[in-house]
Amino acid sequence: MKMDFIVDKQKKTVYIIKEFAVELSLVWDAYTRAELLDQWWAPKPMTSRTKAMDFEVGGRRFYAMVSPDGDERWAVQKYTSITPKTNFKFFNAFADKDENLQLPGSDWDLNFSEQDGKTKVSISIYNESLERLERMIEGGMREGTEMQLQNLEELLEKLAQG
Amino acid sequence: MRRDIFQAIADPTRRAIIALIAVQALTPNALAEHFDTTRQAVSKHLKILTECEVVTQEQKGREIYYRLKIEKMKEIDEWLEQYRKIWETRYRQLEDLLASIKKQKRGKIK
Repeated sequence: MKMDFIVDKQKKTVYIIKEFAVELSLVWDAYTRAELLDQWWAPKPMTSRTKAMDFEVGGRRFYAMVSPDGDERWAVQKYTSITPKTNFKFFNAFADKDENLQLPGSDWDLNFSEQDGKTKVSISIYNESLERLERMIEGGMREGTEMQLQNLEELLEKLAQG
Repeated sequence: MRRDIFQAIADPTRRAIIALIAVQALTPNALAEHFDTTRQAVSKHLKILTECEVVTQEQKGREIYYRLKIEKMKEIDEWLEQYRKIWETRYRQLEDLLASIKKQKRGKIK
C-alpha cells in the first residue's frame, strides 16, 4: 500500500504516513516488540540487532544497524510517552557500543489508528539539527547503495540462470 | 566548523536570504533592507553562505552581487530522496512480515 513522505524543512520535520492491510494489534506489536522489530527495521542488506529493550515510559531500545561486513551503528530510542495501541513517542539518538549518546537527537511521534480492518501509522520525526538529519540520511545512503548492489547481484543471477 | 548545504539552511535569516537571491542576484545593501538586523549581520550570513558554497559573488562596478547556486540546493532533495527510499524498503519488509504473521495465525486457528 501507498506511503506518504512529506518533508517540512522549516519545521525540520519529516512525516511518514502508511497504511497496512491488517488489524492494528499486529502492527502495534511489530513496532513495540524487539523480536519483530529486528525483522523489518533495517533495510536489507542491513540487519537490526536489539541488545536491550523495555517498552515502557522511561525505558529504551538499544540497538544496532549492522552492515553485511559487520559494521555496527548503534542507536538508542528512549520512550517518553506510551498510550497502548494508539500512540507512543521516543527520543532517538545515535550512540556508541557502550550506550553513550551522541547528541543532538530527534523526537519521534507515532500514531496508530484502525478503520475497516486497515491500520494507519503516522510518524513525525523532528530533528533539532538539520546536520543530524543529514547524518541520518548519510547512513541511509550507504545502505541505499548497498541495496542497489544487491539488486544488481540478483538480476545478474537471474540472467545467468535464464 | 563544518560548512555545507545543511549549515546554510539551518538559520531562518539565511533561509530568507536564499529565498531572496533565488529570484535575482542582490547586493548586501539591497539584502539588508529586507531585514531588521544590521548590515553587518547580513554580511556575516553571506560569508557563511559563501563558505557553504551556496552562493557566488559577482563584481559589477563597485558593487558585489550575490547569486544562488541552484544546483547546490538540489543536494538537499537528493539526500531526502535517499531517506524516503529507506522507509519504502523498511515498510515493504514490514508488510511481508505482517502477512506472514497473519498466515501463521490463521494456520493455528484451523
